[in-house]
Amino acid sequence: MRSVLRRREAGIALALLVVIGVTTAVQPGFLFTANGWRDLLLTPAILVVLAVGQAVVVITRNVDLSVGSVLGLTAYLTGRLFMAAPDLPIVVVTLVAVAAGALLGLINGSIVAFARVPALVITLGTLYVYRGVTLTWAGSDRIDAGDMPNSFLDLGTQQVLGVPVLTVLAAIVLAAVAYYLHTSRGGRQLYAIGSDPDAAALQGLPVRRRLLGAFALGGALAGLAGVMFAARYGTVSSGAGTGMELQVVGAVVVGGVAIFGGSGTVAGAALGAMLLLTINRALPVVGIPDFWQRAVVGVLIIGAIALDRVLANRRSRRLAAARDADPPSASPPDSGAPPGGTAPPGAGPNDREEATT
Amino acid sequence: MPNAAPTLRLEGVAKSFGPVAALRSGTLVVQPGSIHALVGENGAGKSTLVKVVGGVHRRDAGVVELDGDPVDFAGPAEAKAAGVAVIHQEPASFPDLTVTENIFLGREPLGRFRRIDRRAMREGARDLFRNLGVDLDPDRPAEGLSIADQQIVEIAKAISLDARLLVMDEPTAALSAVEVRRLFAVARALRDAGKAVVFISHRLDEVADLCDTVTVMRDGAHVSTDAVADVTPDELVRRMVGRDVAELYPKVASTPGEVVLRVEGLESTGTFHDVSFEVRAGEIVGLAGLVGAGRSEIARAVFGVDRYDAGHVTVGGRALRPGDPAAAIAAGLALVPEDRRLQGLVTESSVVRNVSAVALRRRRGPRDEGGVRGEAREGPARKRLARLGILLPDAEARLARDWSGRLAVKAGALDALATTMSGGNQQKVVLAKWLATGPKVLMVDEPTRGIDVGTKAEVHRLLSTLAAEGLAVLMISSELPEVLGMADRVLVVREGRIATELSRAEATPEAVMRAATPGASRSDSRTEGVA
Repeated sequence: MRSVLRRREAGIALALLVVIGVTTAVQPGFLFTANGWRDLLLTPAILVVLAVGQAVVVITRNVDLSVGSVLGLTAYLTGRLFMAAPDLPIVVVTLVAVAAGALLGLINGSIVAFARVPALVITLGTLYVYRGVTLTWAGSDRIDAGDMPNSFLDLGTQQVLGVPVLTVLAAIVLAAVAYYLHTSRGGRQLYAIGSDPDAAALQGLPVRRRLLGAFALGGALAGLAGVMFAARYGTVSSGAGTGMELQVVGAVVVGGVAIFGGSGTVAGAALGAMLLLTINRALPVVGIPDFWQRAVVGVLIIGAIALDRVLANRRSRRLAAARDADPPSASPPDSGAPPGGTAPPGAGPNDREEATT
Repeated sequence: MPNAAPTLRLEGVAKSFGPVAALRSGTLVVQPGSIHALVGENGAGKSTLVKVVGGVHRRDAGVVELDGDPVDFAGPAEAKAAGVAVIHQEPASFPDLTVTENIFLGREPLGRFRRIDRRAMREGARDLFRNLGVDLDPDRPAEGLSIADQQIVEIAKAISLDARLLVMDEPTAALSAVEVRRLFAVARALRDAGKAVVFISHRLDEVADLCDTVTVMRDGAHVSTDAVADVTPDELVRRMVGRDVAELYPKVASTPGEVVLRVEGLESTGTFHDVSFEVRAGEIVGLAGLVGAGRSEIARAVFGVDRYDAGHVTVGGRALRPGDPAAAIAAGLALVPEDRRLQGLVTESSVVRNVSAVALRRRRGPRDEGGVRGEAREGPARKRLARLGILLPDAEARLARDWSGRLAVKAGALDALATTMSGGNQQKVVLAKWLATGPKVLMVDEPTRGIDVGTKAEVHRLLSTLAAEGLAVLMISSELPEVLGMADRVLVVREGRIATELSRAEATPEAVMRAATPGASRSDSRTEGVA
C-alpha cells in the first residue's frame, strides 16, 4: 500500500514539474527570474500550511470548512495586536494568533466530538460565525501596511539562501506534522479513527481526544496562516481569506487524502496545494483565458477523486482475487509449532460427531 | 482449582437498551488457569455480557470483580489496561492500516524520542504469526482479509496484550478445522500459563473438547454452571432452549409448485462462486452456513443490489437484469435485509410511510398479470396509491393498516415513528413493506435476529403461512434450529460455494455443520432439487 501512496505523491510532483516545465518553455521568465522563482515558492506557502492542517482533519473522516474564516480573524487579530502594541515581539504576536486559531479549532472539535454532529455542518456554521465576529470587530476598517512594523512585513518578502521565509516556515510545519503522523502513536490513531470510527471506539482508542487534537491543530495552523497572510499582503480587511476553505479542501483531495478518511499524507496535500496555485499562475502565462482557469481546477479535483476511486477499486479487486487464489483454510500452516503444542493430533472438534462424557 | 479469588466474577449483572433488557441477571465465575464455556441461544445475552466485561457497555446493575477487586470500566481502554482482552464476534479491524499496525495500534513499540519502532513492530507481528502458525504478510493492508484471517489478527492482538483474561465471542464460527485446532492450542497454552479464558460457542462438541467448566444462559439470565464432565450435550441443549422446540417453529405443510426463482452459475470474484439453485412456489428454502460464507452477498446479488460477474437469475421464467433492484421488485422479488435499522427501515418515518415505501414504486402494468399468488393480486397492494403522481394518503394508510393488521404489528398508532418500536415490531413493519409489493419470491436475511421469542414464533408462523399460500421463500439464517425447523430444503454455503443440498429429512445439525465448516469432510455431492 505504501508504494501505491508513494506513487500517488510522485504523480502529483510529476504533474507539478510538467506544469512548471511547459510554462517555463513558453515564458522562461516564469522560472528563470528572481521574481519568478520567488513567486513559485512563495505563492503556495499559506495554502500549504492550511492544507497540512486540513489533511489531518480529513484523515479522521471529518472536514473543517471554517479555516478561511479562522485565517481572516487571526490575520485581523495580528494587525490589531501590532496597532495596540507596536513593540510586541513578532514571536509573541504569532503565538497569540496561533493560540487563537487553536481555540477556534477546539470549538469546532468539541462540537463534533461531543455533540456528534457531522463536521461538515458544524464548520459550515462556524465559517459564518467566525466571519461574523471579524466583520463586527473590523467594520469597514482595514489594517494597512503602515499599521504593522516593517520588520514583520519584511518576513513576507525576505529570503533565506534564495528561499522565501514563509516558504521555509511552511516546509517546517509540513515536516513536523508529517513526522508526527508517521512516527507517533497518536498519528497512527488518527488514521485508525478515520478508517473505522466504530472500531476505534471498540478498541478503546481515545477518539474524542484525538478529534479535539486534530481540529485544534487544524485551527492552530489556520492561525499561523493568518499571521503569514498579514505579513505577506500587508493589508487585512474583514474579508481576508474568504473562500479559501474550498481551495484548501480541493488541495487536500487533489493531494490524495481520501475524503472518507483513513489514508493519505500531508506531503500529498502540500503538493496538491502547490499544484493548484501553480496552475492558477501558469494558465494566464500560457495564454489560457480567465474563464477556463477555474474549470481546469475543477477538472483537477474531479480527476483526483476519480483516480482515487479507480485505485481503490483496483486494489480491492486484487485483494479479492488473492483471497480466491489462496483461501485461508487452504494455506498450510507454517512449520513453527503452536505455543505449548498441547493439541493432541486429531483431537479437533470436527473429528467428533457428538461429544460424550 | 485454586482457592484464591477467581479471575473474573460477575453477579447479577443487568443491562438494558431502552425498553429491551438484553441482560437481566448475568452471573459468571471464571477461575485462573481454566477455560470456561459460555453457551446459550442467540439473544441469550452472552454478547452483551462480554461487552460489559470488555468495557464497551456500562452495566445498569450488578457486580464485576477482577481477581477479587470490584471494577467498573468506563471504556474498552480501561478494560484493556486491566488485562482483559476481548475478541468480539465481528472483528473490528481498520481496513486502511496494515496488519501489523492493526495488531499494535495504541501500543506500538517506541524507540528513541517516542517514535514508533516500525522494525520492532513488524518483527513482533512476525513472531506472533509464527507462534500461531499462520502465514500472513504483516505489511499487507487489513482491507480484504477473510473473516478467518481477521480473527487471527484479533487473536494475535489479544496475545500481544498479555492479558490475564481472554474472552472469545464465537471465535470459531468462521474458522476451518485446522484453524480451530490452532486456536485451541493457543487457548490451552494460555490456560497452562495460568490465564483465564472465556469461550463462547454454539458448538457443544468444541465446548466438550476444550473447556473445563460450562455456564448456560437463557433470556438474559444465568441458568447453570457445571464442570463440563458432569453434563451431557443433550442436557445443555435442553437448558439453553428451555421450551418446546415444536412450538417455536410452526411448520405448515405445503406442496411445492413450479419453479419461481432460478439462479444459475452466479459468480462474484472474491465473494461467491458458481452458485446455482432454484426455489419453488410454496416452499421455504433455507440458506445455511457460517457467518461470512457469502449467504447475504448471494441474496443481495440475486436482488440486484450488488453486481455479479457471471450467471443468470430468472424469476417466473423471465431473465432478470443484473444490478437493477427496481427490475427485481417489478419481477416480484423482495428482499428483507439483514440489518433492519440500517437497511430495512426509514427509522425516522412513520409506520405508514415505511410500509408504503416500496409499493409506491409499483405501477399497474402488464407485468402484474399472471403472478403465482393469484389472490394477492386483488389484495390491497393492487389498489392505486397515487393519482397523477400525487399520493393518496387514505389509500396509503389503508395499505399500511391492512398489512400491519395481518402481521399484528403492535404500534401505538400508524403514524408512530419506526424508531420508537421494539425490534420485533420493526421487523414486522419491514416484512409488511415487502409483502405490500405482492412478491412471488420473498428472500429474508436473518428474519428473527435480535427479536424476542414470542415475536420470533409469530414471524415463523407468518412465513410458513405465506409459503402455504404459494409464496416462494428463501430464508437465510445463522440459527440452525430455525433453518432446520422451517425449511423444506437446506442449501449449505461454504466459502462462497453451495457445498451441499439437504432435504428436510437429511438436514440434521451435524450434517449442516459438517457441510458448512471448511476443512471438514469435503463432500461436494450436490443432489439436485427435490421435486
